Amino acid sequence: MQFARFPGITLALVAAIAMIGCGKKEEPKPQAAAPAPAAAPAAPAPKPEVTVKLGHVAPMTGPQAHLGKDNENGAKLAVEELNAQGIEIGGAKVKFELMGEDDQADPKQGTIVAQKLVDAKVNGVIGHLNSGTTIPASKLYSDAGIPQISGSATNPKYTLQGFKTAFRVMANDVQQGKVLGEFATKQGVKTVAVIDDRTAYGQGLADEFQKAATAAGLKVVANEYTNDKATDFKAILTKIKSKKPDMVFYGGMDAQGGPLAKQMKELGLKAKFLGGDGVCTPEFMKLGGPATEGHYCSLPGVPLEKLAKGPAFQEKFKAKFNADIQLYAPYVYDAVMVMADAMKRANSVDSAKFLPEVGKTAYDGVTAKIEFDEKGDLKGGAISIYQYKEGKLSYVETLGGGGVTEAVKDAAQATGEAAKAVAGAAADAAKDATKAAAGAVKEAAEATKAAVEKK
Amino acid sequence: MDTFLQQIINGLVQGAIYALVALGYTMVYGIMGLINFAHGEVVMLGTLIAITSITFLIKAGIAVPLAALIGISLSVLACMALGWSLERIAYRPLRHAPRLTPLITAIGMSIVLQNLAMMIWGRNYMIFPPLIEKTQFEVAGASFTNVQVIIVTVAALAMGGLLWLVYRTRLGMAMRATAQNPAVAGLMGVNANRVIASAFVIGSALGAVAGVMVGSYYEIAHYQMGFMLGLKAFTAAVLGGIGNLAGAMAGGVLLGLIEALGAGYIGDLTGGFLGSHYQDIFAFIVLIFVLMFRPSGLFGEKTGDRA
Amino acid sequence: MRLWLQSLTPRALFGLALVAVALLALPFVAAMGGQAWVRIANFAILYIFLALGLNIVVGFAGLLDLGYIAFYAVGAYLWALLASPHFGLHWPFWAILPLGAMVACCFGVILGAPTLKLRGDYLAIVTLGFGEIVRIFINNLNAPLNITNGPQGINLIDPVAIGEFKFSTTSTLFGITFTGPQKYYYLLVLLALAVIVINFRLQHSRIGRAWQAIREDEIAAKAVGINTRNIKLLAFAMGASFGGVAGGIFAAMQGFVSPESFSLIESVMILAMVVLGGMGHIPGVILGAVLLSVLPEALRYAVVPVQKMLFGEVLADPESLRMLVFGLALVLVMRFKPAGLLPSPERRRELAEKV
Repeated sequence: MQFARFPGITLALVAAIAMIGCGKKEEPKPQAAAPAPAAAPAAPAPKPEVTVKLGHVAPMTGPQAHLGKDNENGAKLAVEELNAQGIEIGGAKVKFELMGEDDQADPKQGTIVAQKLVDAKVNGVIGHLNSGTTIPASKLYSDAGIPQISGSATNPKYTLQGFKTAFRVMANDVQQGKVLGEFATKQGVKTVAVIDDRTAYGQGLADEFQKAATAAGLKVVANEYTNDKATDFKAILTKIKSKKPDMVFYGGMDAQGGPLAKQMKELGLKAKFLGGDGVCTPEFMKLGGPATEGHYCSLPGVPLEKLAKGPAFQEKFKAKFNADIQLYAPYVYDAVMVMADAMKRANSVDSAKFLPEVGKTAYDGVTAKIEFDEKGDLKGGAISIYQYKEGKLSYVETLGGGGVTEAVKDAAQATGEAAKAVAGAAADAAKDATKAAAGAVKEAAEATKAAVEKK
Repeated sequence: MDTFLQQIINGLVQGAIYALVALGYTMVYGIMGLINFAHGEVVMLGTLIAITSITFLIKAGIAVPLAALIGISLSVLACMALGWSLERIAYRPLRHAPRLTPLITAIGMSIVLQNLAMMIWGRNYMIFPPLIEKTQFEVAGASFTNVQVIIVTVAALAMGGLLWLVYRTRLGMAMRATAQNPAVAGLMGVNANRVIASAFVIGSALGAVAGVMVGSYYEIAHYQMGFMLGLKAFTAAVLGGIGNLAGAMAGGVLLGLIEALGAGYIGDLTGGFLGSHYQDIFAFIVLIFVLMFRPSGLFGEKTGDRA
Repeated sequence: MRLWLQSLTPRALFGLALVAVALLALPFVAAMGGQAWVRIANFAILYIFLALGLNIVVGFAGLLDLGYIAFYAVGAYLWALLASPHFGLHWPFWAILPLGAMVACCFGVILGAPTLKLRGDYLAIVTLGFGEIVRIFINNLNAPLNITNGPQGINLIDPVAIGEFKFSTTSTLFGITFTGPQKYYYLLVLLALAVIVINFRLQHSRIGRAWQAIREDEIAAKAVGINTRNIKLLAFAMGASFGGVAGGIFAAMQGFVSPESFSLIESVMILAMVVLGGMGHIPGVILGAVLLSVLPEALRYAVVPVQKMLFGEVLADPESLRMLVFGLALVLVMRFKPAGLLPSPERRRELAEKV
């Protein structure tokens, strides 16, 4: 008897909760279904307004919450700027709206959130932050035909699934690990110890580094591991010290990297420290203090200061959020801009219509000149090496993805583009194209120089 | 040899930290037979409160030692209040409830405290201000700092103090009586409510001290730091025999040593198969073995046959 | 079974029919609020699986298990390994699911054997350790031999499929369009009904009574001739096999598994479901599972509108508030309903006697 009754209550409850959900969900819907933008161009006086919803997903709770917030800030800044510009697409004034969601860096939550965004009929998705959540979620976006641009998921698998909707504006782990390996060799290092934090990111990066390093003739004298919640690294560092490596490579994030560098110093381990983008942050230097002095890390792209829009972006960010950029905010900012740019070029905010344009992006972003290859990965994938000096990241050099020939080719291409841009600027001598062109020329010159130096 | 010595030092200090936190678990468990799952969060709050107040005081121009003293006292007082309210809100009303019920409220409180801390202190990692000048010593090729010495000393003092409290004072006698049988203790004029509350308050004060130690050792703090620490300390307490003060201390130190030596040597002994990626489970494996042969931990008294 | 049906009054029969209709209609009602709700319903059912499995160990036999997620992980990884490009294997689901249940069952015995003598909190910490050991091994078994692909996880896992009919894609049957999550929903409901029936039968069987005897007094149970060792192992094994099946379905539904999904906090959540709902009482456990899996998601939708309604603006960001409310709910429910929301009749009686 009870058998019959109690499940009844339970299920009725589920249904009720589900319906409450429906009730609440109903309000934003009309907006989503709002006027098809392809409609009548140049409508009379009161212009129709279209709301473009962009989903943004990152962990907002948990150990990586500080990075999640940073990402969201980057996206917020981009959206506000776009709205201030008053862009018109398909004859309608466009209002961008950001739907920020928390996936707690948990793959299961990642798919639930992804489904929520798909249901809300977002026009595009920025994120997720972690590869672990980005990969399962990308399937949902792909099925729904929603373009997804991640500013931070670096696992190569993300773009290897054959989804047309998956893009990233950041070099992947393979590209980065390889460059780091080359850099280590160039430093005259003979032996290296590799530590990773057993996360998808840390392990992926460390593996790629190790491959490149061994290929270049470096000897890996120790493989040690920690986890992404650890605070004490003394046991593994003591062991590493007994192997006397010239360099310690760490694949992982700043929250562990900083204390790790500090404990290296306390134990009198004199090896150089090298890490990827996860430790190339102000947070790392804050946590590591003076112990970070002289160590190296890498970031995809070319340094912000070197790029035309970089310093301005830093100032804007600081003014708006009263916080320093942690890590991926500029990449996420670019991801939003690339999305908006594709909409502009397609003259439509309809996902299906502007998706092909995302692939054809050639956008001069804050972090890099953004172009995608056929997989959706960032083309070229230049990586810059930085050294921590007096609490600041000081630029060392930029290494291209594929050796000298490619660098030269890149340089040639960049020069060509610069020329084109100059021509363009001459043709319609109106906008700030001149500035971009000048930047491109500078870039080209630099790239050529780098290529020559490499030889 | 210097590597071995260094690993012993690493393990000892890490173990002393586990032990300090484990004492808080054991204090409560010894009297009520209850796992205070939220104890790790008390430690976390102790650290964060100490950071905020000490940083504020130093900025206000107060000398570092004085600022540290005030900050630590503030953090201890705040945690005592927290421990007291935890007991009132989450545990006392459930004293006669099924045994697992307080476990769930503890988990609930732990989630609440973590999220409150996140709302107050934000999501970023915080720097613990240096309280004393760090000096480094070298003995036979192994290095250690004065901070490490202080941590080990404080842990030993805390255990000694607690032993004295439990076995040499009236309150301690009341505690032991309540642990044996609260009803009979009540008949003998022991106010069980007050005794249990005081166990929580003392345990939480210790938690705050542990928090300050952890903070000044690693020099960082974060709203999620309590969880892993609590878990490890709980393991340590069980390893030593939960409810037994000396056992908590021994369990903590043992756990620290197992982790350090495990990470340092097992990898080489097994040809790299069981490297430091298995660091976190060496302790559990040892724990399972110990409990197979001594089901109440190393120093635990044999519990009765009630679950 | 027939007898049981005949014994139903017309009213109960009507109730049963109502439940059946509600179950059938749910995914379509939920879909009006978006497919996300269907997905949430699916996870709720998965959690019912897990909670019922854990209930056998904790609720029936009274053995506190904090590492239950390990069996879920074993089931999920077994499916992932046998039906994905990782090893190039693509076994059908009717082969993997029973195998998953069996392997998880073996793991249950492996966990049970060394812990037979332990009680209460000692058992809790050992099971917790076991859960962590399984997770850490999965996380690290990518070298020297790549078995689990380590922290990278396994991707592109096959969905449940019967012949050409895949559960992951949208298809039209009898003129009705079913989305992927909706199809999984019906599959899950069928499996869940089976699990619930098995649980009821178990509870009232000889074994169920033996578990209860052990829970109430192990020595007395031994004295009346119950082989406590075997019966306890059986509890671990049965509980684990449910976890294994749930894990398999999870892997198929997600198409991706990685060790992050099997952390300690998941074990704790499942335990919370069992205790919050009412330990040892199947309807209670189901209620607990549904509530705790739906509540955080419902809060995701509710936090912002509610704040706007009350204060006219968003004061605290929704993410932190969501978990805060969740934690408070746990505390408050246990504070006012110490035996759970729907305690079993005998528990309620015991509690009434004590006060």
